[in-house]
Amino acid sequence: MTVMSYLGAIGAAQREAMQADERVIIIGEDVEANVYGTTGGSGKSRAQQGDFLQMFGKNRIRNTPISEEVIVGAAAGAAMTGLRPIVDLSYSSFLYMAMDQFVNQVAKNRYMFGGQASMPVVFRSAMFYGLNTGAHHSDRPYPMFMNVPGLKIVAPSSPSDAKGLLRAAVDSDDPVLIFEACILWGTKEDVDENEYRTPLGVGRTLRTGTDATIVAVSGAVPEAVAAADALAQEGISVEVFDPRTLVPLDVDGILQAAAKTGRLVVADPAHRTCSASSEISALAAEHIFDQLKGPIRRVTTPDTQIPFSPALEKQLYPNRSTIADAVRASLGERRHGTDGANGRTIADDSIDVKEVPAS
Amino acid sequence: MTDVPDRDVLLEMQRRMIRIRRFDERASKMVKRGQIPGTVHTSIGQEAQVVGATMALGTQDYMTGNHRSHGHPIGKGAPLGPLMAELVGKGTGVCKGKGGSLHLADFAVGSLGESGIVGSSIPIATGAGLSAKVLGNGRVALAFFGDGAANQGCLYEAMNIAGVWKLPVIFLCENNQYALSTPAHTVTSGVIADRAAGFGMPGVRVENGQDVLAVYDAVSTAVARARADEGPTLVEVVTYRFNEHSEGLRLGVDYRNADEKAEWVAKDPIELFKAELVRRGVATEQELDQLAADVLAEVDEAVRFTDESPYPDPSVAFEDLYTDQPQQPALAGAHQ
Ligand SMILES: Cc1ncc(C[n+]2csc(CCOP(=O)(O)OP(=O)(O)O)c2C)c(N)n1
Ligand SMILES: [Mg+2]
Repeated sequence: MTVMSYLGAIGAAQREAMQADERVIIIGEDVEANVYGTTGGSGKSRAQQGDFLQMFGKNRIRNTPISEEVIVGAAAGAAMTGLRPIVDLSYSSFLYMAMDQFVNQVAKNRYMFGGQASMPVVFRSAMFYGLNTGAHHSDRPYPMFMNVPGLKIVAPSSPSDAKGLLRAAVDSDDPVLIFEACILWGTKEDVDENEYRTPLGVGRTLRTGTDATIVAVSGAVPEAVAAADALAQEGISVEVFDPRTLVPLDVDGILQAAAKTGRLVVADPAHRTCSASSEISALAAEHIFDQLKGPIRRVTTPDTQIPFSPALEKQLYPNRSTIADAVRASLGERRHGTDGANGRTIADDSIDVKEVPAS
Repeated sequence: MTDVPDRDVLLEMQRRMIRIRRFDERASKMVKRGQIPGTVHTSIGQEAQVVGATMALGTQDYMTGNHRSHGHPIGKGAPLGPLMAELVGKGTGVCKGKGGSLHLADFAVGSLGESGIVGSSIPIATGAGLSAKVLGNGRVALAFFGDGAANQGCLYEAMNIAGVWKLPVIFLCENNQYALSTPAHTVTSGVIADRAAGFGMPGVRVENGQDVLAVYDAVSTAVARARADEGPTLVEVVTYRFNEHSEGLRLGVDYRNADEKAEWVAKDPIELFKAELVRRGVATEQELDQLAADVLAEVDEAVRFTDESPYPDPSVAFEDLYTDQPQQPALAGAHQ
C-alpha cells in the first residue's frame, strides 16, 4: 500500500495501462507537458523519472490541437481498428464540443453495424465544479450520457476506485466515459500499488446502518460519509452506498441498500432534473416501493446555472449538512436550518476548496 | 501519373461500377414496390468516382462513407447478398438488420461504416489512419463525403490533425454539385480542393469524375503518398447524381435544369469506360456485355438470398450494445 491522491491514482493507472499494453495510447490537449497532472512522474519536472513523454514517446503520447470533435471521433476510429486509446478531455464541459461524435459514432457504431465494431476507448474528463470556475467549466454532465445507450459511465469517488476503475475501463471493449471530480483530486488514502481492477457495475458500501440509506454519487460520496458519521453521533445509523459506475448501474446493490433501511436519500451533484438521482429514485420506486417507509428524498444541485462568486456557488451542491438534513427529514425529524425540498440549500463551508490543487 | 493498371484490374473496375449500378437500380425498384422501408440514396451516375477511389485501396485499407452508402462497400468488394438483405431489414443483413441503407458497414473488407449524419464519419476514418500510423501496419484510410459535408467543421479539425500528425488519410469529396436541393456554389466559398492548401497538404480536383481512370489515378497518388508516410491528401471529384437525392423524393422545385441533367447523363461512366476498354483492346464489346450479364445474375442472386432470409428475432434489438452485457429489457423498461 502507498498513500496516493485521487489524481496520483489516476496517473498511476494510466502508467500501468501504458506499460501493460502497447495498444494503449494517450490522446489529449497538453498531455505532453502534463498540465493536468496525470501524464507525469511524481515530480513536476520533465526530467524527473516518470514523465510519460520520455517513457512512451510521441507515437503513444499524442498532444492534440484544440479540436474536441476530431479528438473524440479519431479516438473512436482508432479504437475500431486496433488501438485502445485513453483520451484526456480535461474539463468535462468540453465534451459538448464533441457531442455528435459521442452520441452518433461512439455510442452507436457497434450496435448499428450489428456488432462488427468494438470500441475499446476511455474518455476521461474532470468536473471542475465547486472551484469558482463559473458556468463554462463547472459542469457535472454524466446524466446526459446515461441517456445514451452504448456508453459506460464511471464516477469514482476515492483514489483506490479511481485507479481500479480506470484499469477496468481500459480493459473494456466498449467506450467508457470517466467523470472525475476535481474537488476530490487532493483526497488521499492507502492505495494498492500493484495492478488491480475494480469491476464496472459493482457498487461499494462505505457505511453500514439500519435507520436510513444514502446512495451518493461522485463528489457527494465523501459528503454522505461525513453526514453519516455526524448522524451517528445523534444515534442515527446510516447505510452509505456508492454505485461507483452509473452505466452499468449496480441496481441490485442500490435496491438492497435502500430496502435494508426502508428510507432512501440520494445525493448527486448533477442538476436535479433527469439526474443520476432521478434514475436511482425511479428504480427504487419501481422495484422496492413496498419496502420503503416514506418518500425518497433527493439532495442535488438545483436547476440553475453555476455562478462564479464563492458567495453564490458554494450553496448549490449537496454537502454533509444538507445530506444529513435530508436523512433527518426522512426519519421525520425537523431539519437544521435548510430547505432541502427543492434541493436548495443554504451556504455551508464543509467543502474546503483550498485543499484542492490547482491545475 | 501512376501506371496503367493491368487487364484484370481494368475489368474489375467495370464489374464493380456495373454492380453498383444494377444494385442501386434494383434497390430503387424495391423502394417503389414497398419492399425496402426507409430512405435510400443511390450512387447512380457516380460509379466512376466511387470505384476509382475504392479500387485504389487494398482490401485491408479502411474506408468510411455517408448516406449515399451502397456504392462504397460494393466498390470495396463487399458481397451483395448481405448488403441487399440489410436494405430490407433481414437478419442476414451485413449489420443484422440494425443499420439499413444509411448505415452499411462490412468490416471484412475495411468498410468501417456509412454515416447518416453528414460529415460525422470523417473523424472515424482519421482515427483509423491514426491506428495505422501508431501500429505501423501500412494501411491507409479514406473518408468519402459530399460537397455538402465539405462545409462541416469536423472536416477541418480532421484535416488539421491528419496534416500535423502526417496520418495516412485520404479525404475524398464526392462533389456531385448539390447537397439535396442546394447547389454547392451557393453555399461553398471558394473551391473545395483549394482548402487543402490551408492545411499544408495537396488538394487535387478531378474535373472529370465520370472517368474512372482519372479518379483512380488521383487517388492512387494519394494512397502512395500516405503509404510513404508523407501524410494526407484532399481529393475533390466532380461528378453528378443521375437520380433524385433519395428514391421516391418529389420536390416541388426543379433545382437542376433539364439541359444540365441531360449533359451529365450523356457522360455515363459505365458507357464511357466500356468504350474505352474496347478502344484499348482490353476486352471486346461481347465480353463486356457478358460481364454485365454476370453482374445482373449476381444482383438477382442477392435478391433471392434476401427473399429467402428470415427477419431478425425481436431479441436482436437488445444485442450488440455492449460487448459484455446482455441487455436487461425489464430494467431498461422496454418490456414493462
Ligand atoms: C448533420 C446533418 N445535417 C443534415 C442532414 C440532412 N441531409 C441528408 S443528406 C443531405 C445532403 C448532403 O449533401 P452532400 O454532402 O453533398 O451529399 P450528397 O447527398 O450530394 O451525396 C442533407 C442535408 C443530415 N443527414 N445530417
Ligand atoms: Mg452533394
